[in-house]
Amino acid sequence: MNGDSGIAIDVKGLTKSFGGREVVHDLSMQVKRGSIYGFLGPNGSGKTTTIRILCGLLTPDSGEGTCLGYDIRRDAEKIKRQVGYMTQRFSLYQDLSVRENLEFVARLYGLTDARGAARDMIKRLGLSGREEQLAGELSGGWKQRLALGACTLPSPKLLLLDEPTAGVDPKARRDFWNEIHALAADGLTVLVSTHYMDEAERCHEIAYIAYGHLLAHGTVEEVIAKSALTTYTVTGENLNGLTAALTGKPGVDMVAPFGTSLHVSGRDVAALEASIAPWRDKGGLHWHKSSPSLEDVFIELMSRSRDNFQ
Amino acid sequence: MSAADQPAPTHEIRERFGFWKRSYAMLIKEFIQLRRDRVSFAMIVMLPVMQLLLFGYAINTTPHRLPSAVLLQEDSDLARSILKALENTAYFRFLYEVHDVDDFDNLLKSGKVLFGVEIPRGFERAVRRGDKPALLVAADATDPVAASSAIGSLGMVVQTALKHDLYIGDPPEMPFEIRAHARYNPAAASSLNIVPGLVGTILTMTMLIFTALSVTREVERGTMESLLSMPIKPVEVMFGKIIPYVLVGFVQAFLIIGIGVGLFGVPVLGNLFLLALLSTLFITTNLSIGYTISTLVQNQLQAMQMSMMFFLPSILLSGFMFPFAGMPAWAQYVGEALPLTHYLRIVRAIMLKGATMENLRFDALALAALMLIAMTIAVTRFRRTLD
Repeated sequence: MNGDSGIAIDVKGLTKSFGGREVVHDLSMQVKRGSIYGFLGPNGSGKTTTIRILCGLLTPDSGEGTCLGYDIRRDAEKIKRQVGYMTQRFSLYQDLSVRENLEFVARLYGLTDARGAARDMIKRLGLSGREEQLAGELSGGWKQRLALGACTLPSPKLLLLDEPTAGVDPKARRDFWNEIHALAADGLTVLVSTHYMDEAERCHEIAYIAYGHLLAHGTVEEVIAKSALTTYTVTGENLNGLTAALTGKPGVDMVAPFGTSLHVSGRDVAALEASIAPWRDKGGLHWHKSSPSLEDVFIELMSRSRDNFQ
Repeated sequence: MSAADQPAPTHEIRERFGFWKRSYAMLIKEFIQLRRDRVSFAMIVMLPVMQLLLFGYAINTTPHRLPSAVLLQEDSDLARSILKALENTAYFRFLYEVHDVDDFDNLLKSGKVLFGVEIPRGFERAVRRGDKPALLVAADATDPVAASSAIGSLGMVVQTALKHDLYIGDPPEMPFEIRAHARYNPAAASSLNIVPGLVGTILTMTMLIFTALSVTREVERGTMESLLSMPIKPVEVMFGKIIPYVLVGFVQAFLIIGIGVGLFGVPVLGNLFLLALLSTLFITTNLSIGYTISTLVQNQLQAMQMSMMFFLPSILLSGFMFPFAGMPAWAQYVGEALPLTHYLRIVRAIMLKGATMENLRFDALALAALMLIAMTIAVTRFRRTLD
């Protein structure tokens, strides 16, 4: 491993097709060691495929790169030893108990004291008292916690988490993210895919991928700044009518309701302001220029990418 | 998570003996899953016992107290002698004595008897004249195996009976002809022949299915994705999945042979250790083939179907159902490629003829070769990626 570089994942031009359909297109990305890298994008955008390529489960059709300093094409076996991969679907053995699952993983990785390692992990996960319960009988939150425990058991250097918090309650989600931050503080690199905006904002860096294309990447602030989006937040009466009136007007790229307010965004400030001018002074409506939220940026990116790639 | 503030205990990783450790990890896991899978566990015991009892008793080609009827169209001493002789053999049990052809036909038709002997009018006189009259035998053809064996034994039984009862010294030839009215089935298997054969067929079936399902089950349950992302090699997965079932197969073979000896009085003339050794080889060969199947198919249903596709020719072309030597050449070639063919020779020879390793070298080598071929295909076919 090149000890010099502070880069855990460095890939260029990854492309992967299934049955003639390109799922990942010319994807390049760099992930710094010890950082939490968020992977965002709509369903079917190629997030899972990219993660599988990174951990050697899939071979890319073209492109190259390194993962922890190992070549992703040639050294898949070496990468596997140092990467913990948490699949989207629970993939531990449902008919094995918590303890047996952890011992299985510990033995596979060759830990000298598999029983001891499993015991420590059970304690660490707060699963004491449940160690003999079958993994299939655990609740969603506990399953996810166990899966993360199994991934981190062999002390990996890189964690690949594929939508780890899907279908998990907010409390468990928060605990999970605290754990991820603690792991990153210990020097672990984490690549995590998610649909949740609040989770994206807890990442050091994010990347947005849609239809196999990496559309934006950087810190949350950078992604928002790069979007060059101007957003007006409107509150008041008859917002539904306003939505209909503004949609499709020149300069208005997106009109999206957020709770009791409406976000009107566009990249061309002049055109946007010209279009909304007739409504700005209307009674009952409050206009307020704000910076776009990450969600605004993503929805805008998604609607734009749909036009480009579909 | 509570873990954040606790220092993570460190556990050392050692590369030495990695192959064995990982195989062992897989093996432990398979054992636990097997123990927890009640249905499979019940199958390990129930399948051989049920099959054996069914096959052992149902496919009994040596007739024993077959329910029979006699159509007496003349009441002569010779006729009485023949009937008496037949009954004394314990092959037949004469339940009905009728004098009318229709009654006779109805008995057979209704299934009240499986076997009927018709002594025609003027039979004794014709015999004394040396006319060689026909002793008509009608057998229920719906049970051809039992019937044909009964018919087969009839000639000898009658001749022996007549020798004792009628003549002094050997008759120059049969004084009458036996005319059988039933489909002839050359299968001459008895329970002595079937029990050793069943050891092979039952092992083939259960071993094939157990491992044929093993890889597809992991794929269907989603556990394969995580298994593939861990540092385990195809050959390690294979050994871990095969070895527990070698023991299972061993238990089955022990059960079948035990029942065969205990209930059916099948002898074991040869060396038990040799039998155990070659049985282990056969079990492993079947497990390897089942495992190969599971790397070729997409889901558990296909795995079952493919196992059946392998199992059927094994039953039909191995010499279990039909005599191997009687098969056409092409079928014999196919049969030689099936492990069951070789194992049948081995197990029959050891149990019934007391054969030694010297006699069985060819078949043992053939089994080993088939095992290696299957394992090689399995390891090369095993997908390390999800591509």
